[in-house]
Amino acid sequence: MHKVTIPIGPQHPALKEPESFLVTLSGEKIMKFSARLGYNHRGIEKACEERTYIQDVYLTERICGICSHAHSTCFVQAVEEIAGLDVPKRAVYIRTLVAELERIHSHLLWLGVAGHEVGFDTLLMYTWRDRELVMDILAALTGNRVNYGINTIGGVRRDILPEHTAQIRRAIDTLEERTQYYIKIASEEVTLIKRLSGVGVLSPEDAVKLGAVGPTGRASGVDRDVRRDDPYAAYAELDFNVITDKHCDVYGRTVVRLGELMECYKMIRQILKKMPEGPITVKAPRRIPAGEATSRYEAPRGEDMHYVKSNGTDKPERVKVRAPTLANIQTVAKMLEDRQLADLPIVIAAIDPCFSCTDRLTVIREAGKRSKKVMRWEELHSYSVDWYKKRGVDFSGLNKRLEKII
Amino acid sequence: MITQLFNILIFPGFLFLAVFGLAAEYFDRKLYARLQNRVGPPWFQPLADFLKLVSKEDIIPAQANPRMFKMMPILAVTATVTASFYIPLWSQQPLFSFNGDVIVVLYLLTLPTQAFFLGGWFSTSLYSGIGAVRSLTQLFAYEVPLFTSILAAALLADTWSLREMSVFYAAHPHYWPINLLGFGVALVTLLGKLEKVPFDIPEAETEIVAGTFTEYSGRLLAFFRLGIDMESVVASALLAAVFLPFGLGLASGAGFILFIIKVIFIIGLLSIMRTLFARLRIDQMMIFCWKFLAPLAFLQLLVNLVLKGTLIR
Repeated sequence: MHKVTIPIGPQHPALKEPESFLVTLSGEKIMKFSARLGYNHRGIEKACEERTYIQDVYLTERICGICSHAHSTCFVQAVEEIAGLDVPKRAVYIRTLVAELERIHSHLLWLGVAGHEVGFDTLLMYTWRDRELVMDILAALTGNRVNYGINTIGGVRRDILPEHTAQIRRAIDTLEERTQYYIKIASEEVTLIKRLSGVGVLSPEDAVKLGAVGPTGRASGVDRDVRRDDPYAAYAELDFNVITDKHCDVYGRTVVRLGELMECYKMIRQILKKMPEGPITVKAPRRIPAGEATSRYEAPRGEDMHYVKSNGTDKPERVKVRAPTLANIQTVAKMLEDRQLADLPIVIAAIDPCFSCTDRLTVIREAGKRSKKVMRWEELHSYSVDWYKKRGVDFSGLNKRLEKII
Repeated sequence: MITQLFNILIFPGFLFLAVFGLAAEYFDRKLYARLQNRVGPPWFQPLADFLKLVSKEDIIPAQANPRMFKMMPILAVTATVTASFYIPLWSQQPLFSFNGDVIVVLYLLTLPTQAFFLGGWFSTSLYSGIGAVRSLTQLFAYEVPLFTSILAAALLADTWSLREMSVFYAAHPHYWPINLLGFGVALVTLLGKLEKVPFDIPEAETEIVAGTFTEYSGRLLAFFRLGIDMESVVASALLAAVFLPFGLGLASGAGFILFIIKVIFIIGLLSIMRTLFARLRIDQMMIFCWKFLAPLAFLQLLVNLVLKGTLIR
């Protein structure tokens, strides 16, 4: 059969972020799949090195638009470990509460996106309507719907008021009921099951070999969860189950996420009950003593890891972020083996990818040459100046004025 | 001559179908939105979309065959309008009629799908090409059950003419419920014909952008969309004439209102169905059509054959 190679991305309606997948098709069957990231490199690690620790808390929060709390908590935990800060109990509980609320919003968002990818828009509309409940709580608690800005080094910035507790309890009850309804849909709706089960199979061996994390791994029976295995925040004091599944396919990933939602509601009730009294922050030094720390965090998408190295100044020497998508993206090619084009969007969506969080490095390859060239900042800058000059745009006058201002 | 031109271009021809098509699209979108807990569009939205598209620039891909590319939307619209002339809309008398017109109407209603295929094929884009092949593949799956279920109803009436069929069912008003199974089959296949969820495989947005219509823009896209709207009305009218053939003898005003209600009812059923399901894969769609719909349509045919031989003489 005649083979065609179609580009999915960098701009494509299925993708919410720019990344490129080249799919070689024979009829409807996928023969070859290759992914290329790097369209959304923002230089966040470098930017972190040039800002103070407090500024970095807000910067790391902006790594991801959905699991923003995951990244800022992960960073803050690493810094607190280097500085040897003893974070108050109440602050730790508030962080955990926001983390679980964030997981609810992220998983409901995923469920809607998954519905959209298989053409089930009704599910998208329903889940995103219900997600508003949790967004409202987050807005009431922190003042923001996405980038909460609740973390600070040594604690949290806002306390939880009694009226919030009541609002959260009410919303959690509604959401629990709704989630049970979605579990019912997922186990009964024929077309949905047909599109999800048996699609994107990842065997437990492959999941371990390719380093799948989070729901992607757990749906293949890999029983790993940082919250239980290496407890941070208040998770050691909470009673919860790690949801795993043996379907090993997209359906399994749906089941795991829906199960995790139910665990979230359970945990939030416990947090509200156990929330200790006391201060919400300790004073943190502006200069963090020299040292290094690695921090792990179970983000909604899987294990998030931050490495921070300090040198005794008020700016970190090195910050390294490993977002969960980087660990999971390798599995997609395996999942798509011998599948059809129609399965591609849902298989990619099933790892709940977040590509801009993952992009860390830009590699420029010169056309015709096979050698890879790594550009330093100055080279990249002069390259861009030349590129524009060749096209008749000259920024040198503007640059001089800018330098004068600085 | 003047009357015929009026009939073809204005009422009940092109203009009436266009207006009714846009109204039906509004009804479909509003109902779909309300079922999904959304507000939905205002009543003039389909018209506004149409006018906006008409006022935009037509872009024809450099490698596309311009003549074929431009012709296809017009073919889709004209085929649909022509089909409507043979369907008894609100009285037993359609505009034109001859013995065998049921086949012609079914054939004319496949032409829009052919237009989607050729339009997609001649736009030479990869997404369009895949969408085009998919719409043709889908055609082979839903066409047989649709034809069989409609021909089963024709068989019971012992005629190949839609006019004669409505006369027969008016004379025997208790026979139309026999064809309800065929009505169900035809409704589901209509989802495939109109490329709606769960059979919107040829324009699956998350896979192949807009399928056939990826390269279309401006007026050409506007007419393609108008063609689909009109096709949904005409196909629903065909189903109403074949499977819900009651009340055709009413006075013209009441008959007209009954016709509108029937078409809107069928379009409403289609909206509800597209709310309930996820999009199937093309292989699943083929299996579903051949394994379930085709046998059900043949069952209807068998029932009608037996009834024809025993009860109705």
